[in-house]
Amino acid sequence: MSVLVVVECDGGEVKKSSLEVASYASQVAQMLGTTATAVAVGEATEANLAKLGEQGIGKVLYDSEPRLKDFVNGAYTKLIAAAAQQEDAKVIVLANSNIGAAVGSRLSIRLEASLATNVVELPKTDGGKFVVKRGAFSGKAFADVELESDRKIIAVKKNSIEALHEDGKTAPVESFSAQLTDADFADAPKEVIMQDQAGGVLLPEADLVVSGGRGMKGPENWNLIEDLAKALGAATACSKPVSDVDWRPHHEHVGQTGITVSPNLYIACGISGAIQHLAGVNSSKVIVVINKDPEAPFFKAADYGIVGDVFDVLPKLTEAVKQLN
Amino acid sequence: MKFLVCISNVPDTTTKITFTPDNKEFNKAGVQFVINPWDEYALTRAIELKEAQGGGTVTVLNVGEADTEPNIRKALAIGADDAIRVNAHPKDAFFVAKQIAAIAKDGGYDVILMGKESIDYNGFQVHGMVGELLGIPTVAPAMKLDMNGNTATLEREIEGGKEIVEVNTPFVASCQQPMCEPRIPNMRGIMTARTKPLKVVEPTADAPRTEVDHFALPPAKQGVKLIPAENAGELIKLLRNEAKVI
Ligand SMILES: Cc1cc2nc3c(=O)[nH]c(=O)nc-3n(C[C@H](O)[C@H](O)[C@H](O)COP(=O)(O)OP(=O)(O)OC[C@H]3O[C@@H](n4cnc5c(N)ncnc54)[C@H](O)[C@@H]3O)c2cc1C
Repeated sequence: MSVLVVVECDGGEVKKSSLEVASYASQVAQMLGTTATAVAVGEATEANLAKLGEQGIGKVLYDSEPRLKDFVNGAYTKLIAAAAQQEDAKVIVLANSNIGAAVGSRLSIRLEASLATNVVELPKTDGGKFVVKRGAFSGKAFADVELESDRKIIAVKKNSIEALHEDGKTAPVESFSAQLTDADFADAPKEVIMQDQAGGVLLPEADLVVSGGRGMKGPENWNLIEDLAKALGAATACSKPVSDVDWRPHHEHVGQTGITVSPNLYIACGISGAIQHLAGVNSSKVIVVINKDPEAPFFKAADYGIVGDVFDVLPKLTEAVKQLN
Repeated sequence: MKFLVCISNVPDTTTKITFTPDNKEFNKAGVQFVINPWDEYALTRAIELKEAQGGGTVTVLNVGEADTEPNIRKALAIGADDAIRVNAHPKDAFFVAKQIAAIAKDGGYDVILMGKESIDYNGFQVHGMVGELLGIPTVAPAMKLDMNGNTATLEREIEGGKEIVEVNTPFVASCQQPMCEPRIPNMRGIMTARTKPLKVVEPTADAPRTEVDHFALPPAKQGVKLIPAENAGELIKLLRNEAKVI
């Protein structure tokens, strides 16, 4: 019996969200009196995978098949299922990412497992039950859910678990082959188009986010958002109407019908704080709101606020960050 | 081509969430239910593709009790041809996926569409489960869907970018914006929806694999600390020294 964790890699590095899920898995393993094994997907280096020892991982399985560099649902599912069988994994942990959700849902059928996504805490195992807490109702509530099958699959929401760091600890990296065939790559992408990051930070992985709404008045003013984001090392985001009228690209749209973020810091500039917007951001650790209307609903969900004009306040904040560094 | 569009019945996005006294269930009292906003993308795109092909059918499917029928009728008013309701409380994602797979197998659908996730349970699970149960590919979440004969070209969102994926029918896709502009019913649609077929079938015997122990609301915020605009730089110091996030 063991715990298996799927770690996503990109450009040779293990993604930050995967360091969190690896830490989650090793703590679950400890609770169950067993060890955690990682199976890596994406483009990884052996040296970086070995460093997963710092998150408490006992060993790492890696299939160097080059076509696994990009996400392929069929192949990834087969690879992880094979690793789960080999390791007799009773618990499988993934990131609650687009990859994690796509693979986790298929795996739950193949491995006859109970599946919980959007999980925010370590499981509770009192009284022989296995219960996880997950976000529900678009961030407006939580549900404690019992996973009843013998096997359990858990997709962990980003930034809900602190990554462990036992400096210098390494894990052995073993080569692993799921004997993938051409048929497993039938749904391989024809093309992968990455956003132009231009030195910026990717929103889904970001710890700090600066976001703009209709109060920014037009795309020509986004340099104010970008300057502050750059000074902080933050990603940029926006409200729905802003992406609807193409002031900003769709992938920056956060909220109920956009992406959900849970960074350490979310700075909302000229955003009213409609309930559908809050749904995408209200699990952020600290929320700052800058709005000229003291009655803006966002202030009720905020930790810090400035009642003021974004065109006046944003340059001051950027300047203050620069002085701090 | 036969399209199957799965819709769920969810509380309106502005709903204040509360639970029954034992915290086991969502409190439906006084709540307005709508078609899950993500499912509206799936529905409208299926109708658009059917129109472009000049033939075929769009069937909507809901796993739910009789109180979901107003929203099923709404989907028919938007332009679906017929509907199926599996008469059961949607106990969990696995249970729902089993129902959808059973209907899909029987009906021989070419394209099975649904929203990315439901805004109540936020599972983002059903698409993959259905695909795996039927042994067909899933593309999730899809931002764009075009058909050319039996081949579909989709844009799939990945963290930090997108993939262009090609699959042949039958397949499952979970949909999100900016796939299309969701349609709203017009008067003619509402009139014709009344007489479109809505078939009610009983569920399969499958048991769910998860059970809600209880729901809870997030802890309330402490209240906002306001910093005067003249002194905006002070905020940055607080974020470093007090909140310790930068
Ligand atoms: C089904 C559904 C789903 C939705 N999903 C989403 C979603 O996912 N994400 C989302 O964001 N929205 C979503 N919405 C829309 C949402 O209801 C709001 O309309 C939207 O969030 C408002 O965007 P905003 O705050 O940028 O604009 P507004 O509501 O117009 O607010 C602009 C704010 O800027 C302030 N302001 C103006 N000028 C200045 C200035 N110079 N300095 C400082 N402040 C200024 C104003 O006081 C105001 O509070 C959804 C709506 C529905 C019905």
